[in-house]
Amino acid sequence: MRVHCAVYARGLRRYSTYRAATLAGILTNSVFGAISATVMLALFAARPQINGYDAGDAVTQVFVGQTLIAVVAVMGPPLELGERVRSGDVGTDLLRPVSLQGWWLSEDLGRATFQLVFRGVPTFAVGALLFDLVLPADPVRWAAVLVSAVLAVLVSFSLRYLYELAGFWIMDSRGIWAVAGLLGPVAAGMLLPLTLFPPALADVLRLLPWASMVQIPAEILLGKDTLPGGTALGGLALQAGWAAALLALGAWTTDRATRRVVVQGG
Amino acid sequence: MTSVRESTGPAGPDAEPVVEAVGLGRDFVLTEGPFLRRRRRTVSAVDGVTLTVRPGEIVGYLGPNGAGKSSTMKMLTGILAPTRGHLRVTGLEPSRQRTRLAGRIGVVFGQRTTLWWDLPLRDSLALTRHMYRIPAADHARRLAELTELLELGPFLATPVRQLSLGQRMRGDLTAALLHAPRLLVLDEPTIGLDVVSKSTIREFLLRLNTEEGTTILLTTHDLGDVERLCERVVVIDRGSLAYDGGLDGLRASVPTPRVLVVDLAAPAPPIGVEGGRCVRVDGPRQWLELSENPAAVISRVAQRHEVVDLTLREPDIEGVVAALYRGTVASGGV
Repeated sequence: MRVHCAVYARGLRRYSTYRAATLAGILTNSVFGAISATVMLALFAARPQINGYDAGDAVTQVFVGQTLIAVVAVMGPPLELGERVRSGDVGTDLLRPVSLQGWWLSEDLGRATFQLVFRGVPTFAVGALLFDLVLPADPVRWAAVLVSAVLAVLVSFSLRYLYELAGFWIMDSRGIWAVAGLLGPVAAGMLLPLTLFPPALADVLRLLPWASMVQIPAEILLGKDTLPGGTALGGLALQAGWAAALLALGAWTTDRATRRVVVQGG
Repeated sequence: MTSVRESTGPAGPDAEPVVEAVGLGRDFVLTEGPFLRRRRRTVSAVDGVTLTVRPGEIVGYLGPNGAGKSSTMKMLTGILAPTRGHLRVTGLEPSRQRTRLAGRIGVVFGQRTTLWWDLPLRDSLALTRHMYRIPAADHARRLAELTELLELGPFLATPVRQLSLGQRMRGDLTAALLHAPRLLVLDEPTIGLDVVSKSTIREFLLRLNTEEGTTILLTTHDLGDVERLCERVVVIDRGSLAYDGGLDGLRASVPTPRVLVVDLAAPAPPIGVEGGRCVRVDGPRQWLELSENPAAVISRVAQRHEVVDLTLREPDIEGVVAALYRGTVASGGV
């Protein structure tokens, strides 16, 4: 456990050295959020209600997406693990008396913590200043949102970890990222709220793991009854289920990968 | 140096081997040819390697590029599963008990680093305490010792990416040794280092071996490492063992002739005498490969030519290993 804390601290510390990049990130996310929000406002001016969302809900979800974009890294960056599989440096990672998945999870949680606190929260604050966001008054709801964000990170990590592990078989995970970087944001509800999709499609997408990264946290914040079971608890359960299942799959795949491993390079 | 590890008493020949490999082999499946007409071909990177390393030995594992050295090292450390054969390292089965084994061995790959690139060396070394669950006092004491021996002091606070190769290597060695492993596996530990750094590392390894009895297994292309460190060498070529024994025996196993270097008073055509074959001429200096007693050849040369100076060159280990590789390639392996 101590070793994981140290690795977590390292992930946190590493990102804290890139101050200019963080500021630039806040700016980009805020500007992109403002543009998306303006488009939403125009859309909802023509139709005030779409599948249970109104303008305020849609704009809020846009900023939830921009807040979480760097935290769940749905469009990257990939875990450094992929580069280490490609170069063969993963060999030295495997020589540590620590589980590979646990090591990278700790590091990624450090990264995500930094991104949430220093990039996500300021971006959301900018959104709240510029637009009329739907903000719950109930502190329990806020607590649920925080738990949901943590679960979103776990789901995001386990997906990205699986993408990178594929490198053990296909030697290079960059192709997977090319596809995942494109489809991930759509399926997550980051590009557009899933609510705006045809309801049948939205219902399917909601159940896939990508939705756990943005759509579910947004619906928990908005208190929507489209969540599984119609409650925040149902949403959290779905996210926790995906996190557990994907982490277990990651552990199993790690075992398989390292058994048939071809560590590249001499 | 004081060891964190409990003493297990003197290691005799009956002590449990640190490495025990019997008929160890690893195949790789290659796919080749154009798409849709790909063929699969199996090649053996390592085939039938039988090897026992006892506690306290320093064994040099030599072989040309592609001979199977790195594959063997990867199997020994558990990051590559063998296709066949029996393998135990400190009594564990490496690929199945990799994480447990990692606590008992130290590994340094000369071309890779286990240190955190962007953080001070000190941080990576501090992490080993939690990683290997080393008691704080032991860790501090051992770190102080290694810092002194490997002269890490001046760059403990420097980010690893700013270290020179020699400094980084000393840092990597420290990281691999803080948990007092029984076996130290080194893959080309002196690659790319200057003479002084090489010598520092060699003297340190010898000291580690004599004072703590740490077993060391190293691959290298640097035959200076072998001559300074290894009483025993194992030569692998094309996946199979070509030699296993002492350094002297290796010299004897391959007949590499001694060379007589003759400086004549004036340049002359190649000397032709019985027992000495001229292999090189450079102005008045000639090199004769000896096939009999040097004294006899010298007297024959002196009878026919005016000799200014003479030097007799013993074969060095580099020539011996080169001859051994050539021999095994020519005869299709041992």
